[in-house]
Amino acid sequence: MRDEKDYDDIPGTFVFDADRSREGYHLNQFCISLRTQKARDAMKADPEDYMSRFPMTEDQKQAIRDRAWNRLLELGGNIYYTSKLAAFDGITFQDLAAMMTGVSRDEYRDMMLHGGRPIEGNRSKSEWEKK
Amino acid sequence: MARITAGVGCSHVPAIGVAMDTGITEQPYWKPLFDGFTKSREWMKENKPDVIFLVYNDHCTAFDASCIPTFALGCAAEFTPADEGWGPRPVPVVKGHQKLASHIAQSVILDEFDLTIMNEMEVDHGLTVPMSVMFGEHGVDDEWPCLVVPLAVNVVQYPAPTGRRCYNLGKAIRRAIDSYPEDLNVMIFGTGGMSHQLQAERAGLINPEWDKRFLDYMATDPEAAANITHLEYLRETGSEGIEMVMWLVMRGALDEKVTEVHRHYHVPASNTAVGHIILENHA
Repeated sequence: MRDEKDYDDIPGTFVFDADRSREGYHLNQFCISLRTQKARDAMKADPEDYMSRFPMTEDQKQAIRDRAWNRLLELGGNIYYTSKLAAFDGITFQDLAAMMTGVSRDEYRDMMLHGGRPIEGNRSKSEWEKK
Repeated sequence: MARITAGVGCSHVPAIGVAMDTGITEQPYWKPLFDGFTKSREWMKENKPDVIFLVYNDHCTAFDASCIPTFALGCAAEFTPADEGWGPRPVPVVKGHQKLASHIAQSVILDEFDLTIMNEMEVDHGLTVPMSVMFGEHGVDDEWPCLVVPLAVNVVQYPAPTGRRCYNLGKAIRRAIDSYPEDLNVMIFGTGGMSHQLQAERAGLINPEWDKRFLDYMATDPEAAANITHLEYLRETGSEGIEMVMWLVMRGALDEKVTEVHRHYHVPASNTAVGHIILENHA
C-alpha cells in the first residue's frame, strides 16, 4: 500500500518514489543488467532462464514478456531502467514514448515537431476525466 | 586563486549525442538546435576554462538501484564514457582535476553538505552531451580541451534534492573554489531539462512558457527559481523536468547579478525542450 501523495493528481504519470522503488527493485536491477553485452547475449539466448536470475514477481515477468511498457512502470519500473529493455529490443526513447501513449510512431513524432503535448488540459486527473 | 568566471545551463538529451556521433547535425530536424550553439562554441574558445565543474545526473548507468547517492562528487583521475545499452559514445575519456576535487569535497562537507565521494565512476550522456555541444565534435582519440570535476545528482528516484538545497550547495561550491590557491579559470555547468516527460500516457509534455520564465529567473531572479516546489516541476514541466534543480547548483555558484551573454531555446530534441544559457560573473 502507498500513502496518498500530493503528486498523485498528475495524470498519466508514475512518480518513481521510494515506494515504487521498493516494489520495482528486482525488475529495475534486471533491466539495468542488460547494459552489458554479455547479459544481452544471455537474455537473447534464453529469456526465461535469464529472467529467473532476478527474484521478480510473476506479474513483473509477465509484463516483461508482454513488453507492457506502462504496466512495467505501474509495477515499480522506472523509465531509465525500462528503457534499457527497450534498447535491448532496438527501440529508441521516442518510439518507446509513442508506445506508452498509444499512438503511432509518426503521430508521436509529429506531435513533438509541433511543440509537444501542451500543458493546457494535462495538469490534473480531473481534466482528463472530462475528456 | 581559482575563480568561477561563468555558468552554463544546458540540456543533455541522448539523441543530441547520437546526432553528433553520426554526423547528421546539418539535417533539417537538427540544424536549428545546433545553430543555437555556434556562438557558445566561439565563446568557449575565447574564454578557455581550465576546469569545468559539471553538474549532471546519471540515468541508471553508473549507478544501479542498489545505491542512490543524492550528491556524488567525482574525485577520480578519469571518467570513462559508459555503455548505456547501445555501446559507449565515441568521445574522449573525461579527465578529472583530482586536487581541486578533493579540496571541494573537504570544503563542502565541512560546510555541512554531505557529499558522496566517487573514486571510480563511468559517465553517461548526462555529462558527455553538454561537453560535446559546447566544444563541438571530439573523437575517441582526441582530448577534451579542459579538465572536469563531475557532480552527479539524484533526480531519478523521488525526491530529488530541493531547488533551494541545490542553490545553497552551489554557494558552498563557490566558497570552496574561491579558496583554492591555484590560479584556475573554472566554469560551472548545470545540465538537464528543460520540460520533458519520457514516461507513461503523458509522455511528450512540453511547457515553453514555463521554461522561458525559468531562463529569465536564471538570468535575473535566482531566488524565485530556488523557491519552485517539486510538485510544480512535476506537474508543469513533466516528470523528468525536475532535472532543472541541477541548474540551481550552477546558479548558486555565480554572483547574484550576472551578465547574460547567450540564450537558446528549441523544441524538440526527441521528447525534450532544449534550453541553454550562458551567464558571466563580473570580474
